[in-house]
Amino acid sequence: MWRGDYLYLIENLVVKDFKIRYRNMSLGVLWSLLNPLVMMAVYFFVFTNIFKNDNTPKFPLFLLCGIIPFNFFTVAWGTGTTSIVDNAGLIKRVPVPREVIPITTVLSCCIHLLVQVALLLTVAMISHRGANVQWLWLPVLWALEVVFVCGLALLTSALNVFIRDTRYVVESATWVLLFLVPVFYDFAMIPDQYRTIYDLNPVAATVISLRRIVYLAQPPVATTMLKLVGVSFSVFLIGLLVFHRVKPMFYEHI
Amino acid sequence: MSISDGQPAIVFHEVWKSFARHAGQLLIRDRLLQLVRSTPHEKFHALREISFAIHHGESVAVIGHNGAGKSTLLNLTTNLCRPDRGHVEVHGRIAALLDLGAGFHPDLTGAENVRTNAALLGLSRREVRDKFDEMVAFSEIGDFINEPLRTYSSGMVMRLAFSVAVCVDPDILIIDEVLGVGDMAFFAKCQERIMQFRHAGKTILCVSHSTATLKDLCNRAIWLDHGRMIDDGPLARVVDAYKSAMSPHAAYSAG
Repeated sequence: MWRGDYLYLIENLVVKDFKIRYRNMSLGVLWSLLNPLVMMAVYFFVFTNIFKNDNTPKFPLFLLCGIIPFNFFTVAWGTGTTSIVDNAGLIKRVPVPREVIPITTVLSCCIHLLVQVALLLTVAMISHRGANVQWLWLPVLWALEVVFVCGLALLTSALNVFIRDTRYVVESATWVLLFLVPVFYDFAMIPDQYRTIYDLNPVAATVISLRRIVYLAQPPVATTMLKLVGVSFSVFLIGLLVFHRVKPMFYEHI
Repeated sequence: MSISDGQPAIVFHEVWKSFARHAGQLLIRDRLLQLVRSTPHEKFHALREISFAIHHGESVAVIGHNGAGKSTLLNLTTNLCRPDRGHVEVHGRIAALLDLGAGFHPDLTGAENVRTNAALLGLSRREVRDKFDEMVAFSEIGDFINEPLRTYSSGMVMRLAFSVAVCVDPDILIIDEVLGVGDMAFFAKCQERIMQFRHAGKTILCVSHSTATLKDLCNRAIWLDHGRMIDDGPLARVVDAYKSAMSPHAAYSAG
């Protein structure tokens, strides 16, 4: 039995990850900004010059509201999926609770996320000439996305131990989601019959709610938020249960 | 944690453990083939019906040739894996000198690695704060403690890892052939530290091929052969029996 201090361990592992990632980079945290800025520039070019779309004002801010949650989702789910296999050394040698590994991997990605959220809010301040009170929703919204991704990562990291191609399935799934999440188009453009599906997809719901909060300066739609809470916590719970059930077999299969 | 007298430190009750051969990295293709062909897994029995109890204060050596199941026995004790049948009970805090340096990363400083490693071994924030200086002092790393681990010699890395492990202050210490640590002086210091554990009435479970080390350290031995327990008793008797059983086959069991 491992009777350690979960919080201290998680904190240590997240900080360790952060230090390893940034100690050898001369630009450090700025690298976290590069990816969303480049993606924003590319989408901006494509959707203002090729697919002409002039009816979305403040288009950069609109795009960032899609890119940032989507990026976090892709990176966190991807690294979370391979986390158990990547940490085979720990699994083989330390009886540390296995759940800690995918969860800390996802939490490590939150450091990127914080930097990118700072970028988002800076752009929002410039576009709107100031902050708005709806921003108070942001911590809730991000927390729900983190819970959702932790749940998915628990599920797929466990699966990836037994079937090593899981990570490629995850990669493809995130590509599909890029088009099924309103990253570069508006929720209003989606035909009515598909809207429920979008509402139940936590990544889409995060983007939709984030746009309302930051882009439109309105409170998020209550039903969307409720569904987001429901789906995120259900996925987390399922992930935890499945993970707990199969983790004794990790040792033999890694 | 208080340890009630009379309750054994480690109990194995009719423990069986097998591993599927060719397990490990499987792709979807292999899984599908398994479904179609339904070939039974070829099993390798690492431990067969092992039962023993080790009481607090005992120090026990596990002996046997390579592949006899010694490491599996230690891994079951540290709860890294679970038995197929039977059960394993452990009462008390374990520190295993088999996970030396778990989670060490070359880009982090010695101090950062000490904290992460200690947290992985189950130390709380407070315990790490209290024991940090002791760990660093024991390792004799000195000012290098704030340098990245990649600047260390391999001996220094092992010293640091060993220092964290022994400062965990366990009730049960598990040792798996790791005493090839650093130079002679540090080796002596490690042995002295382990002897202190013994005199403090802690439980020791150890695997070593050096019978000299075992004689100083242990008073009881468990002899495993192909997963079965051949003998369990006073160290001198079991080691002698083991040696005489091995001598005719010395040519091919030497490895």
